[in-house]
Amino acid sequence: MAKIKGAVVVDTERCKGCDLCAVACPLDVLAMQSKLVNNRGYHYAYTINAEKCIGCQSCALVCPDGCITVYRMQID
Amino acid sequence: MKPEEIIQQGECVYKKPTLLTDTNMHYCPGCSHGVVHKLIAEVIEEMGAEDKAIGVSPVGCAVFAYNYIDIDWVQAAHGRAPSVATALKRLNPDNLIFTYQGDGDLAAIGTCETIHAANRGENIAIIFINNAIYGMTGGQMAPTTLLGMKTATTPYGRRVDLNGHPLVMAPIMAQLDGTCYVTRQSVHTPAAVRKAKAAIRKAFENSMAGKGTSMVEIVSTCNSGWKLSPAKSNEWMIENMFKKYPLGDLKNE
Repeated sequence: MAKIKGAVVVDTERCKGCDLCAVACPLDVLAMQSKLVNNRGYHYAYTINAEKCIGCQSCALVCPDGCITVYRMQID
Repeated sequence: MKPEEIIQQGECVYKKPTLLTDTNMHYCPGCSHGVVHKLIAEVIEEMGAEDKAIGVSPVGCAVFAYNYIDIDWVQAAHGRAPSVATALKRLNPDNLIFTYQGDGDLAAIGTCETIHAANRGENIAIIFINNAIYGMTGGQMAPTTLLGMKTATTPYGRRVDLNGHPLVMAPIMAQLDGTCYVTRQSVHTPAAVRKAKAAIRKAFENSMAGKGTSMVEIVSTCNSGWKLSPAKSNEWMIENMFKKYPLGDLKNE
């Protein structure tokens, strides 16, 4: 059966760490950095479970700053 | 399969619209304004109206919208966005004219302009961000503030005897003969974002088709003003705001 796999790229310098993407993600792919911050001092989002991503775009849709790019491909 | 391989070989299904500039938005983390800006940029891109779109920005948090969406903008005096949009649309009937207003701009100081522009049936689209508070000035009571809601100027909660009832704009607009499309949407979940995008697209198409005034009210969060985290303010909005401001189409002709 064909499987859909996805990957997300977060623009960490644009991210404000609002946590909405992590809440919207159905598979807990994203989380906020607990210690690291970007140049503007925000705890930015990163992929904690990158292999679980299915490319559903939920995170990117709710991101207020358009920081997330989503890629998707079908694996046979 | 590794994420790097998917990024290289896979198809890009979502990215920031190119009309949204790289300038960092001044909005607080988690603010609904950012999502709505993104949706407007996407819709204008999909309609191919980059050269035809003229936005009218309000006084309020969205006053710097011209820094973020790469189209022509006019910054109107407080509350007068629908009047400025009227002039723009009458002088440039082929252009896509929309206003972007908050509740302090549209429902407080600009109530008169909004109602009369809609009553005249001007072919403009009005995007109304309703977060029930004055965000930019520091969280004071707005006309749309819910009863019992604590703000900087109603520290014990809004009272009917002192402050009156919350002003619900959408039904007022829907009963006017000049409006063709009045809807209330939100952007708290991915599904809601898609619906809001469809609503904005419909409003813009109505404006181009000359059907009359369209208003898309977006029930939004103001997590700084509400003193909650972005995720918590979404929950608070679902619990409290949607009771007074239920989502859905009020008028669709």
